[in-house]
Amino acid sequence: MNFEMTAAQQEIVRQVRALCANFPDEYWRERDRKAEFPHDFYAAVAKAGYLGVAIPEEYGGSGLGITEAALVMREVAASGAAMSGASAIHLSIFGVSPLVFHGNEEQKKRYLPKVISGEMHVAFAVTEPDAGNDITHIKTAARREGDCYLINGRKVFTTKAREASKMLLLTRTTPFEQVSKKTDGMSLFFADLDPAAVEVRELEKLGRAAVDTNMLFIDNLRASADDLIGKEGRGFHCLLDGLNPERILVAAEGIGIGRAALARAVRYANERVVFGRPIGQNQAIAHPLADVYAKLEAAELMMLKAAWLFDNRKPCGPEANIAKLRAAEAGFEACDRAVQTLGGYGYIRDYDVERYFRECRLLKIAPVSQEMVLNSISEHVLGLPRSY
Amino acid sequence: MKILVPIKRVPDPATTIRVLPDGSGIATDNVKWVINPFCEIAIEEALRIKEKQTGEVILLTVGQTTWQEQLRTGLAMGADRAILVKTDAALDQLAIARIIAKVAGDEKPDLVILGKQAIDDDSNQVGQIVAETLAWPQATFASKVEFAGDKCTVIREVDGGLETIAFKLPGLITTDLRLNEPRYASLPGIMKARKKELKEVAADSLGVDLAPKLKIKRLDAPPKRQAGRKVASVEELVQVLHTEAKAI
Ligand SMILES: Cc1cc2nc3c(=O)[nH]c(=O)nc-3n(C[C@H](O)[C@H](O)[C@H](O)COP(=O)(O)OP(=O)(O)OC[C@H]3O[C@@H](n4cnc5c(N)ncnc54)[C@H](O)[C@@H]3O)c2cc1C
Ligand SMILES: Cc1cc2nc3c(=O)[nH]c(=O)nc-3n(C[C@H](O)[C@H](O)[C@H](O)COP(=O)(O)OP(=O)(O)OC[C@H]3O[C@@H](n4cnc5c(N)ncnc54)[C@H](O)[C@@H]3O)c2cc1C
Repeated sequence: MNFEMTAAQQEIVRQVRALCANFPDEYWRERDRKAEFPHDFYAAVAKAGYLGVAIPEEYGGSGLGITEAALVMREVAASGAAMSGASAIHLSIFGVSPLVFHGNEEQKKRYLPKVISGEMHVAFAVTEPDAGNDITHIKTAARREGDCYLINGRKVFTTKAREASKMLLLTRTTPFEQVSKKTDGMSLFFADLDPAAVEVRELEKLGRAAVDTNMLFIDNLRASADDLIGKEGRGFHCLLDGLNPERILVAAEGIGIGRAALARAVRYANERVVFGRPIGQNQAIAHPLADVYAKLEAAELMMLKAAWLFDNRKPCGPEANIAKLRAAEAGFEACDRAVQTLGGYGYIRDYDVERYFRECRLLKIAPVSQEMVLNSISEHVLGLPRSY
Repeated sequence: MKILVPIKRVPDPATTIRVLPDGSGIATDNVKWVINPFCEIAIEEALRIKEKQTGEVILLTVGQTTWQEQLRTGLAMGADRAILVKTDAALDQLAIARIIAKVAGDEKPDLVILGKQAIDDDSNQVGQIVAETLAWPQATFASKVEFAGDKCTVIREVDGGLETIAFKLPGLITTDLRLNEPRYASLPGIMKARKKELKEVAADSLGVDLAPKLKIKRLDAPPKRQAGRKVASVEELVQVLHTEAKAI
């Protein structure tokens, strides 16, 4: 067993920190207030090559593992960029994984270099109004017409649809009623986000205003058969091997935000004097901070274990799920304690911890809810009967 | 152009420094180590010169095996290879300068660029001693560097203004704060750095006199700053500045 980071991993951590230092809390506070995409930050990350961290070298990436990608996401979140920074780049770093795993040579050569350079933003359009955790109930339909598919339907929660020119779009090519296995009959497209056929309506959210999340109204969108990822009818399966890496990255993001919040709280607790002493001298303040520190460390161990398993081509479903469960919880608790530690100032925007708190809440819901993670552990690890 | 860049590892400027109770040094647990900021500027300048006119950038440091970390960072920024002169001894500035001069004598660079001082001991003398030992021209505190053939023109920051001097290569430059803004390494840079040469040489194999001429007797934390005092009037202020502070 070996818990040591490689020299390259340590260097990645140092350099991502150095890059993020150019984008301090004020930058993110402003993006959040103006609901403005962090273009400068995104461009800097692209220029430094991090969007290609986990994309194979033959397409211009660095061909590293999910471990390195997770370290990048953790440091971005921990810089105070929180989800505003993480979600701005997450879809490029991870979202294209179905393309990497299941795209054909032609598709990978055409699109991946543009994703890595930052020129092409991508969105991930899976969730629908009537299909959230239960993806198999999607209704968006793709019908073959010559060498094209005609797509109609609605998507919800599609992140970054305002920036993106392409989206990974999950559709049904065979209606739910006609398939013998409910996960069959779905097809995944790397479709154009063509404004003539897709109306994008932004949703107002609790946090992360800098990165848009939208409703999509898709009306006779044409997708070339060349943009079908994998085989027709196998779209759901193309998403499956991306689920574990996504959970690992999300866990890393939660740990990062937790660290950002904890760092602000500890500094404040050392400086703020109430009743003649620093508030951090009161165990009522100190112990909860020490406790969340320990929880973040434990979540990180789980996250790194899952990442290690994935990178070594071993099954990692339970570990990735547990990492996501614990990290989302520990991150949120750290943010909550930070708000509490700052007292009234914790509630004020200029002190940033309330932004972390709002943004971190998301990780308990998306991309997979805590409940669904527990369902999975109950059924697949403990062997309890399936509840739904 | 072949450029040698000697760099030093120092505590992160953001670290709070604690002096050990016996005054023998600073507490190093929990200290994050970085490349001395002035040395980082030296690396950046060397890379910019190389990018303009091709050549090679060689990093050099004198220290323990762990100092490899800072060399790797410099390689990731874009330097071509690195030399670690290994020693566990705490060498003084004269010994360090002699080692750098020895390596420069072996490598025969056109230019040596280093930071004007290290932010830990603030000695501000290694560059000068190296130039003197090599009998090379030196331009310290550079805030702008330009080349025309083998002529190097340097604008120096001096008290009350700027001074422009020129010398013929080979020569030595020490960097001031405003010379440039160092880049951070890109991910492809980090990946490439793994395959770049990092040579280790034992300090005592160089045939250089390393015997310390300088001994640090003890370190003390600066005294806590006293609270200020309010004066009632301008007259009193002038009076106090004259009689107590003896500033006027
Ligand atoms: C800011 C944001 C960005 C997003 N970005 C994207 C994106 O880019 N692309 C995309 O496709 N989707 C995106 N999503 C959608 C996200 O993945 C879904 O919100 C998530 O899958 C949950 O689906 P739902 O909201 O419909 O919840 P539902 O499925 O309606 O669930 C509601 C609640 O019921 C619980 N629940 C449901 N079934 C069970 C059960 N069997 N047992 C116990 N509890 C259960 C859930 O845990 C949850 O708490 C985003 C969401 C948000 C909030
Ligand atoms: C939206 C909002 C509206 C407000 N409206 C008003 C208003 O209309 N009028 C008004 O006068 N005030 C108002 N306040 C101020 C509010 O009452 C204070 O924020 C509150 O009293 C806490 O003071 P503080 O923020 O200075 O926290 P601090 O006193 O600095 O405390 C910081 C943290 O340390 C903890 N702490 C401090 N000492 C100890 C100890 N000995 N042991 C354990 N823990 C300790 C506190 O519980 C807190 O978690 C408002 C605040 C907000 C956020």
